[in-house]
Amino acid sequence: MEFSEHIKTANVEDVVLRRPFHPPMQGTLCVTGHHLLFSNRDGDSSRLVLLLLRNIDAIEKRPSVSSGTITLKCKDLCVLQLDIPGMEECLNIARSIEYLSSLDIVSDMYPFFYRPLKLSLQDQWGLSSPEQNYAQMEELQDRWRLSHVNKDYSVCPSYPPAVIVPHSIDDETLVKVAKFRQGGRFPVLCYYHRKNGMVIMRSSQPLTGANRKRCREDELLLQAVIDGSGLGYIIDTRSNQQAQQARMTGGGFESKSSYSCWKRLHRQLERGKVLQESLIKLVEACGDHSHSVDRWLSKLENSKWLSHVHTALATAGLLAECVERDGHSVLVHGSEGTDATLLVSSLAQLILDPNTRTLDGFLGLLEREWLLAGHPFQHRCAHSAYSHARLRLEAPVFVLLLDCVWQLARQFPLAMGFSEPLLLRLAREVYASDYGTFLCNSDQERCAAGVKERTHCLFQFLLKPSEREHYSNPLYEPTELAIWPSIQPQSLQLWRGLFLRWTQHAVHLEKAQEELRNLVIECRGAS
Amino acid sequence: MEHILTPKVEEVKLLDRYTAKKPAIGTLYLTATHLIFVETSCNTRKETWMLHHLIATVEKLPLTAMGCPLHISCKNFHVAHFVISSERDCQNVHQSLVRLSQPVEELYAFLYNPKQDEDERRNGWGFIDSAMDFKRMGLPNEFWEMTDLNKNYELCSTYHSELGIPKTASKGTVFGSAKFRSRGRIPTLSYYHKESNAAICRCSQPLSGLSARCVEDEEMLQAISRANPKSTFMYVVDTRPKLNAMANRAAGKGYENEDNYSNICFQFVGIENIHVMRNSLQKLLEVCAMKSPTMSDYLTGLENSGWLRHIKAVMDAGVFLAKAVAEDKASVLVHCSDGWDRTAQVCSLASILLDPFYRTIKGLMVLIEKEWISMGHKFTQRCGHVDGDPKEVSPVFTQFIECLWNLMEQYPCGFEYNEKYLLEIHNHVYSCQFGNFIGNCQREREEMRHLISFSLVYFFQTFEIVFNLIEYQLHYLFDRFWCGMYNHFDKGMQPKQSILDHLLTITQKKAEGEKKMTDLQILAVMDGVLADQGSPTGTPPEQTSLSPVSVSHTAENAKPLMNGAAVEEAEIELVPTAGSEKMEPVAIEN
Repeated sequence: MEFSEHIKTANVEDVVLRRPFHPPMQGTLCVTGHHLLFSNRDGDSSRLVLLLLRNIDAIEKRPSVSSGTITLKCKDLCVLQLDIPGMEECLNIARSIEYLSSLDIVSDMYPFFYRPLKLSLQDQWGLSSPEQNYAQMEELQDRWRLSHVNKDYSVCPSYPPAVIVPHSIDDETLVKVAKFRQGGRFPVLCYYHRKNGMVIMRSSQPLTGANRKRCREDELLLQAVIDGSGLGYIIDTRSNQQAQQARMTGGGFESKSSYSCWKRLHRQLERGKVLQESLIKLVEACGDHSHSVDRWLSKLENSKWLSHVHTALATAGLLAECVERDGHSVLVHGSEGTDATLLVSSLAQLILDPNTRTLDGFLGLLEREWLLAGHPFQHRCAHSAYSHARLRLEAPVFVLLLDCVWQLARQFPLAMGFSEPLLLRLAREVYASDYGTFLCNSDQERCAAGVKERTHCLFQFLLKPSEREHYSNPLYEPTELAIWPSIQPQSLQLWRGLFLRWTQHAVHLEKAQEELRNLVIECRGAS
Repeated sequence: MEHILTPKVEEVKLLDRYTAKKPAIGTLYLTATHLIFVETSCNTRKETWMLHHLIATVEKLPLTAMGCPLHISCKNFHVAHFVISSERDCQNVHQSLVRLSQPVEELYAFLYNPKQDEDERRNGWGFIDSAMDFKRMGLPNEFWEMTDLNKNYELCSTYHSELGIPKTASKGTVFGSAKFRSRGRIPTLSYYHKESNAAICRCSQPLSGLSARCVEDEEMLQAISRANPKSTFMYVVDTRPKLNAMANRAAGKGYENEDNYSNICFQFVGIENIHVMRNSLQKLLEVCAMKSPTMSDYLTGLENSGWLRHIKAVMDAGVFLAKAVAEDKASVLVHCSDGWDRTAQVCSLASILLDPFYRTIKGLMVLIEKEWISMGHKFTQRCGHVDGDPKEVSPVFTQFIECLWNLMEQYPCGFEYNEKYLLEIHNHVYSCQFGNFIGNCQREREEMRHLISFSLVYFFQTFEIVFNLIEYQLHYLFDRFWCGMYNHFDKGMQPKQSILDHLLTITQKKAEGEKKMTDLQILAVMDGVLADQGSPTGTPPEQTSLSPVSVSHTAENAKPLMNGAAVEEAEIELVPTAGSEKMEPVAIEN
C-alpha cells in the first residue's frame, strides 16, 4: 500500500510543538507513513522529536483563518499540541494523522518496516517454546504430557500448537473436551507448584447451556488433574449470578453434581467495556488540573480503577492460597478465558513462583500466559483512554496486570528482578510499538501474518545487555518464598508513574532511582 | 505502684485488627510505665510494648464467648485488641490502665533514665540552640537585631526570651504593638532569607475588632517592610478561612485592614481550626478501623474525612510563603488566631522549602525547637499529655510531620533524614519520654541528643543538597494515605520489604568492608609490605554519627586504595568475607 497518497502535506515549517515539561519549540513538522517528525534547528544544535502515529489515540483540530491547532492525545497518555501556520496545511496533516494512526491491516503496521542496524531478523523470535517449557519441568513429566493436538490450530485457534495436559488424557479426548469449552479452550496446565505438585489450570467456560449439558471427557480430564489428591478448586472470575446467566447464551459452569470433586468459588472481575470505561474515567480525572483534593479523591473512587486492582490481587491471592497453603489444584476460568483468567493466573504465579520474578522469568511469563495463551492484544489495545471512537473490543486488561504487578513490586521492593521502567515500557509498547510482539490476537494469527519472520521481538530486545541494566531492579534479592500482598485498601496506591506521568513532574523521583542504583552498585563493588 | 491491680495476666489473646487470622496467645504484664504483651504461642519471643502514657483510650467491651475484649488505642496510632479470659482480670487491667494513662504529675520523662550522668544530660540540653540558628541566617545585620525585651517574659509570656525584630522598631513600637496583638504575641522574625533580604515573620491576630487601630502596630509592620528595602510591599497572610477571621472581629480581634497599613498585601489561605482538624483525624481513624472495607468504602471515607484536603491546605500555605520570599522577594507576616498552631505549621514548612539546612537531621531539630517549642506551641494541651480539656487536643504537629512526609515522597533525595526519623519524632512528641515536648514553651532538649546519637538509622543514604528552593508542584494531587504513620503497628499492611533497611544494611556492610580494608592496610604498613603513604587514607566512617559528607569522603578515599598492588591482595582476602558479616577482626589478626 502507498502511504503517500494519504499524505497531502508532508512538510510544514514554523510549527510550534507544546508538550508536558518542555518549553514550546518551533520547528519543522514532517509526516511520514508511520511517524510524525518534528525537528528544530536552534543555532548549531538540532533536536528531533519522533512520534509513532500508532501511538495517537485521539486528534482534535481547531482550524482558524490562517492557522490551526492540533491536539494529539496519545495512547501512552501524553498530550501534545501542534500550532500549524496555514489552515489547509493543518487540515491536511490532521487528515493524514487520522488515517495513518488507525491502520487496520497488520502487515502495514510499523513493526514490519522497523529495521534497526543493531538487530537482525535472523535473531530468535520469542523467548521460549511450549516444548522448551515442558522440557525444563522434569518433575511434572510422569503425570503430565505435551500434546500437539492443536498443531495446526484446528482444535483451539487461540491456543499455541502445543499444550500441557494430564498424561492419561489422549488427544481424541481433548478434541471432544474442546468442543465442550467456549472457543475450544480446554483446560490446560499453566503452572506446576514444585513444593507440593499442585497445579493451576486454565480454560474457558464449559458450554453446559440452559439444559445442563454434560461432557464425560471434560469431567474425565478434570478428574485426571486431581487424580488421588481428592479435591480441586474452580475459581470462576464471574459472579455466581453472571455464571448462571451465561447458561442462557450457551455457556455455563461446572455443576456440583457433575464435578463432585471440585469446589467452585466465584469472584467477580470486571472485563471488557466496564474496564475500558474505568480507564477512561481515571485518565480524565488525572488530566484535570482544576479540582481540589476532595473532588480528586471522589473522581478516583468513581473511576473504580483501584477497585479493579484490588479485586484482581485479592483473587490472585485466593488462588495462590488454595495452591500453596491448602494444597489443592485449581482451575481458573471466566467466560472466554482470555482476559481475567490470564490476569489472575499470572498474578498467582508471581506470588508463588520466584522464577517468574526475574526479568527473564517475567517476560517468559508474559509470553506464556498472554501471547501464547491467546490474549487478543490487537482487539484489546486498539484504542486507549482518549479515543472518541465507539468502543468495540477494547479493554485494558494487560494494563491492569501491569498495575497489579507494580503494586506487588511496591510491597516487595526487593523481590522483583525488574523495575518500574520495564512496566512503564510494556504499558507503552502494548499500544504502539516498533516491535511485532503485541501484534495480532493469537499465535495462529501471528504466524499467518509472518510476524515472527518479518518483525523484531520486543522481549529479545529488552534482554539485550544494553537494555537489561536499565530494566532490572538494583535492589533485587531473590527469595524462594511466596510473596503475599496486602490487599487492604490502605496498602494499594494509584500508580502515579503511569497515570500521572505527564501531569506530575517525577524528575526528582527518577533521580532518586538513579542515585539508588549508583549507591547499590558502589556498595556491591566495595563489599 | 498502687495503681496496678493485676501485674500479670496469662492466656491473653491478641487479635489482628484486620484479618481473621489465628490470634496470638501470650502473657500480659503491667509495669509502672509500660504494658507488655509477651507471646507464648510462637517459638521466638515476641513482645509488644505500649507506653502507658501513649494510651489514648482503653475500652472494655461486653463479655464474649472467647473472653472479655479490651481495646486499646494509642496516640501514636497503635491499636491493640486483647481478649482476656477472666472478666475480673479484664476489669482490673482496664481500671489500672485508665489510671496509669492519665498521669497527674509523674510524667514518664521524669522517670526515664537512659543511663547518662548529669554532665551528659546537661550537654544534651545545650545541643540545639535556636539563637545559633539566627546567627546562621546572618543575624544581627543592618536590618535585624536580636532583642532581650522579653527576657522576663513580660512582653509575651508564651514567646522565647530572645526575639528577632527589625532594627528600626523602637521599644515603644514593640510594646505598643504587643498590646494590640492577641496575648502579646508581637510580629517577630521566623526566618530570614539572606539571598533576597526578605523575611518571614509571625505573630497573633490584631485586636482590631470592627474599627480599632494601633499606630505602634502599624509602625511595627512598616519597620518589617522597611527591613527589606528592595521590595515595595509586604504580604500579610492570615492562615484562617475568611469567615473565621470575620467572626473574630465581633469579639474584638480580627485581621489587618489594608487601608490602615501602608503597602501591605493581605491574604487569607483558609486552613481550618484545631477543632475541625481533630474531627477530621477522628474520621480518618474510623476509616482505618474498618475491618475489610471495599476500595470504594475506603476512598469515600478518606475523602469524607477531609484529612488530605487539610494537609494540602497547610502545604499550599507553606508554598505561598516560600514563593513570596524566594520569587517575589517580599517579606511576609503570618498569623492565625493565637499564632501557635497554623502559624507554626506554615512557617516551618516554608523554612524547609527555602533552606536545605532544615532538611538535615540536626536542622529539623533546630526548626522544631525554634518554631514550635520556643514559640509556644502548646504541646501539653495539643497532645493531651495530662488529663485536660479534650477540646484543646488537636493533631497540629502530626499534620506538620505529614506535610513533611509528603514533601519527602516527592523529593526522596532532598532530605538527609527519612520516614523513620519523622515517625520517631512524632512518637516522642506524644510519649513524653524526653522533656522537649513537655510544657508549653522553651525548656529542655534532651531528646535531640538522643536522636542524634542514633542518626545512622535515620539517615537517608542518597541525600544531597541539590536545590535551594524546593520547586513544589502546585497541582500535586494528594491521594496518599500515610500507611507508615496510621498503620505503623499493623505489620502486614506496609510494604513487606523496606528499601531503606536494605540500603542501611548494604551501606553498613560497605563501611565495615572499608574498615577492614583500612585495618589490613595498617597491618600491611606495619609488616613493611606496603609503604606508608603518610596521608590518612580510608578513615573508617564514624559509627555514631554518619554524616553525608563522611560517606562520600570514605568512598573517595577508598578508591585510590584499589590501585595499589598490596591492596589487591587485601581485596582478594576480602572477597570471601563479602556477604558474610561474621568475618570480624579474627581473620585480620591472623
